Amino acid sequence: MTMNTQKHIRELTFSQAVNEAIRQEMRRDPAIIIMGEDVAGAAGRAYLGLTEAWGGPLRATRGLFSEFGPERVLDTPISEMGFMGAAVGAAMTGLRPIVELMFVDLIGTCYDQLMNQAAKMCYMMGGQIHVPMLIRIPYGTHGGPYDTSGGGPVYGGGAAAQHSQTLYSVLAHIPGLKVVVPSSAYNAKGLTISAIRDDGPVVVMEHKALGSAARGHVPEDPYTFPLGRAVVARSGKDVTLCGIGRMTLVCLEAADMLASDGIDVEVLDIISLAPLDETTILESIKRTRRLVVVDEDTPTASMARDIAARAADKAFDWLIAPVKTITSENTPVPFASVLEAHYAPRSDQVALVASELVRNKWRR
Amino acid sequence: MQLETKKSMPREQLLWVYQRMTLIRIFEEKLRELIQSGVPTGPVHLYIGEEAVAVGVCAALKQSDWISSTHRGHGHCIAKGVDVRNMMAEIFGKSTGTNHGKGGSMHITDFRVGMLGVNPIVGSGPTHAVGAALTSKVLGYDRVAAAFFGDGASNIGAIHEAMNLASIWKLGVVFVCENNFYADATPIEYALAGGSIVNRASAYGMPGIRVDGQDVFEVWEAAVSAVTRARAGQGPTLVECMTYRYYGHHQGDDPLRYRTAEEEEGARRRDCIDHFRGRVLTEGLLKVSDLETIDAENQRLVLEAVEFAESSPLPEQAELHSDVYSPDFS
Repeated sequence: MTMNTQKHIRELTFSQAVNEAIRQEMRRDPAIIIMGEDVAGAAGRAYLGLTEAWGGPLRATRGLFSEFGPERVLDTPISEMGFMGAAVGAAMTGLRPIVELMFVDLIGTCYDQLMNQAAKMCYMMGGQIHVPMLIRIPYGTHGGPYDTSGGGPVYGGGAAAQHSQTLYSVLAHIPGLKVVVPSSAYNAKGLTISAIRDDGPVVVMEHKALGSAARGHVPEDPYTFPLGRAVVARSGKDVTLCGIGRMTLVCLEAADMLASDGIDVEVLDIISLAPLDETTILESIKRTRRLVVVDEDTPTASMARDIAARAADKAFDWLIAPVKTITSENTPVPFASVLEAHYAPRSDQVALVASELVRNKWRR
Repeated sequence: MQLETKKSMPREQLLWVYQRMTLIRIFEEKLRELIQSGVPTGPVHLYIGEEAVAVGVCAALKQSDWISSTHRGHGHCIAKGVDVRNMMAEIFGKSTGTNHGKGGSMHITDFRVGMLGVNPIVGSGPTHAVGAALTSKVLGYDRVAAAFFGDGASNIGAIHEAMNLASIWKLGVVFVCENNFYADATPIEYALAGGSIVNRASAYGMPGIRVDGQDVFEVWEAAVSAVTRARAGQGPTLVECMTYRYYGHHQGDDPLRYRTAEEEEGARRRDCIDHFRGRVLTEGLLKVSDLETIDAENQRLVLEAVEFAESSPLPEQAELHSDVYSPDFS
């Protein structure tokens, strides 16, 4: 990789990084197409001089239509079941579709195509076919006021129960689907490229609040980021905080707060929900002997409790404190900002739980 | 849409049509007998009675074209050219099956002959056919996709979304509705608003053709015109084939709990294979000896398939964990 030939360090937003990943891959491989609702916008209105009204709800696909045209950048009608199924059929027969579901809350309209079709084709057909498709799905809530800064409307804040959910556990639950959750512009680009190149269906969950807000160094040349791998985002010896997506940033904030109290926190960025990198999690627990899992999804049958159960099962001998999980409330996402602010895990809450875990004496 | 009447089918194709229709019939009658004798197969949905639909449509396709299928898929598989030995082995759960014993009757698939998979999630297959036709368009292939579905599926949203997408993108899809009058145990007159499936085609801006699905010539003529249109880039067509399944929804289902013996007898009097034999013999297109040769050969093929399936090994236990994911790209 010749990533550091630039004189200054190049920064992109999360959405710009995803956009660059898709653009570079589409230049490399003519079998890659992108489809979804308003991935361009103003479909068929070029005769009025109107094209690319949107470029996706998070503006992550802006400019792709101009470069690759209507045959490879397909605005779909509002018909998730139909176009998700078409993507599966296209993937089985030679294309490599990138499909954008506008929000994860819409998963119910096309869940069959992911859960019964894409996920299971390779297995139930005895390995004779593959379904190389990337499914991009925005998720999450702000837990704060509506944010109008950045490159377009940022959904999440105040979007209530049907436009703010996380729900990745219902995808990670299905054998055959790979599910990853980037936390930064850097890993968003690498994971997007890896997901495009993978020969099976890969879901990339993109937190709405990170789209324009998460900025960071992103090398210009294409690079991959391993699917199925967690990373140590910050090393420490007293307690492990596991974060997923935006919650990794919440964990890092909590780690800063705890550092001033003399608590040395290790933060794991789980990144891949399926397959889950159990090794990295268990190794971290061996170092710190304490675990807190922070998950923006609702608690029942969640990734947080799945990770906690694996720790209890496989790291019992090393743990010197109970495993804690911090999740969103077990309620639909509320509308009023005063309620929404208390819905998803916050850094002060994480810091409090972690410090109690370190300070208390636990009987073994 | 008006059909030109009586396209003539070449002799080779007449022989092929008869061979495929009767192979489906014999294969499934044998399978039914085996199930009744206790061979474990999992759920099986017999196609018997509807043979003219699958064969008439596939007679209009090339091997490189694709089909999507339904839960009642054995007929589609045989018509598209899947080897009956591997089919039988799959139904028996053997490692030599089309899917290496990982799919069973409800998932038989063979990509080598363009068979995109038997698919028991009603309505799902046609969306895959739309995707296949999209592949053909984007990559510039000369391949079309036929999507089989039942009258039951005509009421699920996926079908309507598939038809809308295929139509706005002018994709080479032939939507083939096998109207056998029953969705499981629910009669069509109860379930179908508007009283017509073929009329729904106009709502999606595509031609709709209704044919007698017991007459393989009619099915074939309609399919040829739909495939021609699809291949020319003019978009999809809906072909509704009026047909009948002789047995229950699944093997073991008693259809007399929701339909009458008189109705069944009436349908059997319009048997597609009898109809074909009658016509080709009356018109002197084929000789009795032609048909007898094929009958004997089919008997042999089916017995060989059963023998192959019975003598094939079961999957190794390690296969439980294989192919959950596609191989890593790296």
